[in-house]
Amino acid sequence: MSDGTGTDEMSTSDHPTQQVATVEHDGDAAERFENPGLPEHRSRMADVDPKAARRAERQVAALFGLSVVGTIGTMVAYFAVKFEGISGSNAYLQRVQLSNILLGSGLFLALFCIGIGAVHWAKTLMPDEERIELRHPMRSSDEDRAAAVEILQEGAAESGLGRRPLLRNSLITALALVPLPAVALLRDTGPMPGRALETAPWKAGDKLVRDAGGGPIKAADVQIGTVIHVMPDGLQETGAKLEERAKAAVLVIRLNPDDLGDAAKAGAYDGIVAYSKICTHLGCPVALYEQQTHHLLCPCHQSTFDVTKNCEVVFGPAKRPLPQLAITVDDEGYLVAKNGFKEPIGPSYWERG
Amino acid sequence: MSSTTTTARAAASVGNFTDERVGASKGVKFLARKIFPDHWSFMLGEVALYSFIILLLSGTFLTFFYVPSVGETTYNGVYAPLAGTRVSEAFASTVRLSFDVRGGLLMRQIHHWAALVFVAAIIVHMFRVFFTGAFRKPRELNWVIGSVLALLSLFEGFLGYSLPDDLLSGNGLRIAYGIIESIPVVGSYIAFFLFGGEFPGTAFIPRIYTIHVLLLPAIFLALIGAHLVLLVVQKHTQYPGPGRTNQNVVGYPLYPVYMAKAGGFFFIVFGVICLMSAFLQINPVWAFGSYDPSPVSADAQPDWYMGFMDGAVRLMPGFFEFTLFDHTFSFNIFLPAAILPGILTTVLVAYPWIEAKATGDRREHHLLDRPRNVPTRTGIGVMAITFYLLLLLSGGNDVIATHFNLSINDITNSLRLLVFVLPPLTFVVTKRICLGLQHKDRERVLHGEETGVIVRTETGEFFEVHRDLDPRVRWTLVQHDAQRPLELPPAEDENGVRRPGRFGDRVAYRLSRFFFEDRVEPVTPAELEAAHHEHAEPQALPASDDATTDRTPIAGA
Repeated sequence: MSDGTGTDEMSTSDHPTQQVATVEHDGDAAERFENPGLPEHRSRMADVDPKAARRAERQVAALFGLSVVGTIGTMVAYFAVKFEGISGSNAYLQRVQLSNILLGSGLFLALFCIGIGAVHWAKTLMPDEERIELRHPMRSSDEDRAAAVEILQEGAAESGLGRRPLLRNSLITALALVPLPAVALLRDTGPMPGRALETAPWKAGDKLVRDAGGGPIKAADVQIGTVIHVMPDGLQETGAKLEERAKAAVLVIRLNPDDLGDAAKAGAYDGIVAYSKICTHLGCPVALYEQQTHHLLCPCHQSTFDVTKNCEVVFGPAKRPLPQLAITVDDEGYLVAKNGFKEPIGPSYWERG
Repeated sequence: MSSTTTTARAAASVGNFTDERVGASKGVKFLARKIFPDHWSFMLGEVALYSFIILLLSGTFLTFFYVPSVGETTYNGVYAPLAGTRVSEAFASTVRLSFDVRGGLLMRQIHHWAALVFVAAIIVHMFRVFFTGAFRKPRELNWVIGSVLALLSLFEGFLGYSLPDDLLSGNGLRIAYGIIESIPVVGSYIAFFLFGGEFPGTAFIPRIYTIHVLLLPAIFLALIGAHLVLLVVQKHTQYPGPGRTNQNVVGYPLYPVYMAKAGGFFFIVFGVICLMSAFLQINPVWAFGSYDPSPVSADAQPDWYMGFMDGAVRLMPGFFEFTLFDHTFSFNIFLPAAILPGILTTVLVAYPWIEAKATGDRREHHLLDRPRNVPTRTGIGVMAITFYLLLLLSGGNDVIATHFNLSINDITNSLRLLVFVLPPLTFVVTKRICLGLQHKDRERVLHGEETGVIVRTETGEFFEVHRDLDPRVRWTLVQHDAQRPLELPPAEDENGVRRPGRFGDRVAYRLSRFFFEDRVEPVTPAELEAAHHEHAEPQALPASDDATTDRTPIAGA
């Protein structure tokens, strides 16, 4: 419809400098093809055939009607599928799942049908002649720009910002300093690190107990090839502080004593070794043990540690070996820590050195 | 009909009220009939916008039931495997809202699915904008706003993922803590201040919650508002085609066509996400259990949008960490997790200006590029996608290993090599393909289309009749600029005085050469004329379209 008018307006545009890019670039219009203009509008069925238009109308209405069905269905599902009075966890979960499917499907119907109904309406019954709107350059006219500059200068002069440097400088100083309290107020968001990262809750004589409610471990009971997840006595309950558990987690593995590297032997007891379970890369629990190769694999980034080589890194993004916890047995034959960890456990940090 | 007049009278009264108070008519005049061009690729940004609205709605529902606390409690809900275990309030409330609140599970799954769709739509939308050159002047600011939104969406997604305080999310946070620790000099301080001490502590859930539901959504709203205002002020870009120029916008009015189409599309997106949430389970936290630093979790995978960063961290060999002057430099972590994303973001945000330097172009651009017509940019884009996908793949190297029964070491080593080899390769290949496609366009314009009609001349010669392209079909193939490399001005002026800014010029010149040295220029009328003469013998048929004569010419063309 606005095909013609658009063209007229365009030729009397206020911005004759802004030529069509393709033309401007080569300078000579004759060297370029001419824009052939919009293709003619093709009528749709509904534009020319009242029957088709009525059919489209009915289709749209049917879709909206279907949405109403979806809405009612959702309400029915909400109130009819009750969660009370069901015995058995499985039956309950099935009820939850049923509710989820019915509510989701009902909402889908209710929403989706409004959507395609509206789109169908627009595509079949609303005008589809392409219309033209003119663009104007973002840049303001030279007069407007000059006027704006003048206003800004006038205002600056009125405020005296230029003439009174004392005002300006003191304001800048004040504004620069005023955010400082906001920064300072964040100081109490946490304590200073201090030596917290260097310490792990193990000390000489601590009993090694099975994690998650297990008891102490008799050295004689540990089979070759087994892995035991261990905490110091007192931290094995689920109620223990997570910060402590996050540093204390240890793996106990028994190898054939001949497979142990020399470096590990001092802290080992009869082929039994204990290593920090916290990855030296980013702190995930390193707990996938391959019996054949004696490798420990971190599930997060696949750093691989060789237990026979004192848990040195043999592959992956970690750099440092897993720290060893030196162990021995007490009078009753239970595994205990010989000392605490000799180095900080877990990921590296600047002060670690 | 009386009902019609009643409606009309009501509308008039509302209209009068709003106009006399806020001058609503001016707004209607300005906005209602605004023209927007039509193309499927313009819907990608809409998907992002609508997912955001869905996130606000479903997220609000979740806050009614979620308890942002790591205070310990005993789970005694309906899920038997967890019965009697000590869990955090955050975890317990997440399970409770999933199983005890009708529609709660659906809302959680809608929220999670919408978040995945949100980030995906933003990223695909960005690629659309990139490949079509929609970021060029005057839209650089909207490109920057969009980039910031993309970046924030990753953070927002990660924080939301962390809130249920389950085993997987806890491991994700442990990794985040480790990454912060790797920052030189201040790492452990920042970690302690953010988490309120050692990991995990008790402060992180309420803090993450406030940032996730208040701070970031407010920033999102402001930036999305600015994004849309700029869209209206600058008017939407359009694909080149007959009748489309740099000074017009061709399409349909906002009211009523786009209100119906875009409004309807919101319901379609919402409906589809509901359907996904009805049938596709996502993040079943009850199966993972509450966070505890000790248990194992194989196949630990973050949400997909964090995968590329996780992948980069996985690929980095450990020897990048070293100790110097009694201090640890964890570059095996800091490099892939902080410096790499920093560099990528900087290049992303700066790209409009980098390319403008190469073109030396200060004009406004409202007509989109066909990606083939800017081979170097298209090559760079595909290179970026390749790099991104390789990192994403690296983030799943363990999954690949277990599914295809391959060695994790081989996969990782191959990927370490491929991230350096494959992206440049795809750059070269893409660029060549683009140039080839441009050659094909020229071919079509110069020689017309095959008609399938074989003619035998009197002398017994056979040839196939070619028909000139319809001018409207041809226009799309020849409308673009032939961008040539910039010329380097002489280093000294005529008086032998060294010109200032020579270095900058040389950079621009090099860049321009890189972008535009290999090029295929569009056919000119003269070339077409010459091609016709060359084939004078087998007279080409004139364009068959009968409606070429009464075409409205486009002014300025």
